[in-house]
Amino acid sequence: MDNSSQLVQYVLSGLSNGAIYALIGFGFAIIHNATGILNFAQGEFVMLGGMFTIFILSFLNLPLAAAIVLAIILSTLVGILFERLAIRPLKNIKPLSLVIITIGASIFIRGAAMLIWGKDTHALPAFSSNNPLYVYGATIMPQHLWIFGITLLIIIVNKLFFSYSILGKAMRACAYNAHAASLVGIDVKIMVLLSFAVSAAIGSMAGIIIAPLTMTSYDVGIMLGIKGFCAVIIGGMSSGLGTVLGGLLLGLLESLGAGYISASYKDAIAFIILLLILFIRPEGLFKQKETQRV
Amino acid sequence: MLRIKNINTFYGQVHAIKNVSLHLAEGEVVTLIGANGAGKTTLLNSLSGIVPPKTGQILFNETEINNLAPHKIVRLGVSQVPEGRQVFKPLSVADNLELGAYLNYKIGGSKIESKKDMELVLELFPILRQRRKQLAGTLSGGEQQMLAIGRALMAKPRLLLLDEPSMGLAPMIVQEILKVIANLSREKKTTILLVEQNARAALKIAHRGYVLETGRLILEGTAEELLENKDVQRAYLGRDKKEIWER
Repeated sequence: MDNSSQLVQYVLSGLSNGAIYALIGFGFAIIHNATGILNFAQGEFVMLGGMFTIFILSFLNLPLAAAIVLAIILSTLVGILFERLAIRPLKNIKPLSLVIITIGASIFIRGAAMLIWGKDTHALPAFSSNNPLYVYGATIMPQHLWIFGITLLIIIVNKLFFSYSILGKAMRACAYNAHAASLVGIDVKIMVLLSFAVSAAIGSMAGIIIAPLTMTSYDVGIMLGIKGFCAVIIGGMSSGLGTVLGGLLLGLLESLGAGYISASYKDAIAFIILLLILFIRPEGLFKQKETQRV
Repeated sequence: MLRIKNINTFYGQVHAIKNVSLHLAEGEVVTLIGANGAGKTTLLNSLSGIVPPKTGQILFNETEINNLAPHKIVRLGVSQVPEGRQVFKPLSVADNLELGAYLNYKIGGSKIESKKDMELVLELFPILRQRRKQLAGTLSGGEQQMLAIGRALMAKPRLLLLDEPSMGLAPMIVQEILKVIANLSREKKTTILLVEQNARAALKIAHRGYVLETGRLILEGTAEELLENKDVQRAYLGRDKKEIWER
């Protein structure tokens, strides 16, 4: 493989990983914007998506598409239960305590997954053929195209939902000012519940589309969760373009770093970026200044 | 229409509303005047269910509402225009108004009806029509106040609670907004509870008034009575003692 095709290879795999990070980051942003909570259980929904799909495939013998839909529904239900059981019952509690609760929930979900499905690594079959495609000398799997396509679709649906549907607008209103939102008749509790449901759904989709490439096991949520967190921090906690760019940037740097420096530094790169951003520009790289008058 | 019986409201340890009772008849404009920190906003928030009263009872059209969640109170027909306007700044003017009719969407009301209501609001505040697509955060203070009132009207309230609509606005804009409020009462027969520090302006458009001082109601009467009342004049209308003595 010559140099240029090597570069193309790194870029492509970096972008596809980055797309996943962006999706996971969306989950963080949606819950954070609605509630002020950083949900560190976000990675576990990613894990649940993949594991539920594998579980449904092997025990229920459903076709892949049906298994995926069912897995997303189940993960969303877990997200809803999580909010109902662990978040809502607590009244007048500091956001920091809630963040710690999400860490606890994350450990609980991971532990339950380990007990139910064991510690083995599982592979999900690819959505279509396993024959690699060749692009400018680089090989990519059809699954990469699925990742790009589905990510793009989720981004578009997400954007349409929050910009045009009354429910999406109500969630944004609630995120901006819950007090005023309740005064126009928006049920703030439902909006919080909805944000957990949407985040769980998006997270599980990310987990499902990446599982055929990277395999999955009970503990993939930790690292993917942190990468998604990193993407959303770069993106300035937006559930839009900033986080998409943040995810792609992280994926690219990781893949180029792993390729040209050393593969063992792959995860370290994410942490270094995370720390740099938090030290130097905690509001994110792409955060726009709000235009407003007082 | 609205009857508040002996409510007590607390903010944490602070006893903010002490044994307050008041009532509003259908179609009335009633103003609640009082200094900063008298508990005016708390009283409205008790009505809206944001800070429910610990004891006492609030009846709206004979329905007890003191234990209801805020969105349910809105559904019954009580809308509040909060202090400091609190429009949804990152959303457009049109989106803000649309969210005002959120309950209508949720109950499965027709979009056409909400469009019609929006037309009515835009007729009331023509400047909002020009600014329809702008983000609410880019509006001037007066425009934001109009938007906040418009947003509350989108829910078609039977009782409108206004929390200091004149706050921080130029006198001319205050006049304009008060004129709209007076019109709402005259033409749409909306019942209005107007909380104001600008007592003179409020008493001009109100039928009756209450005076709240450190959480207690200390006076009530018709607008004329209150305008003539010496204590009110001295404390809230800015007339000094000497001037009153001279008369």
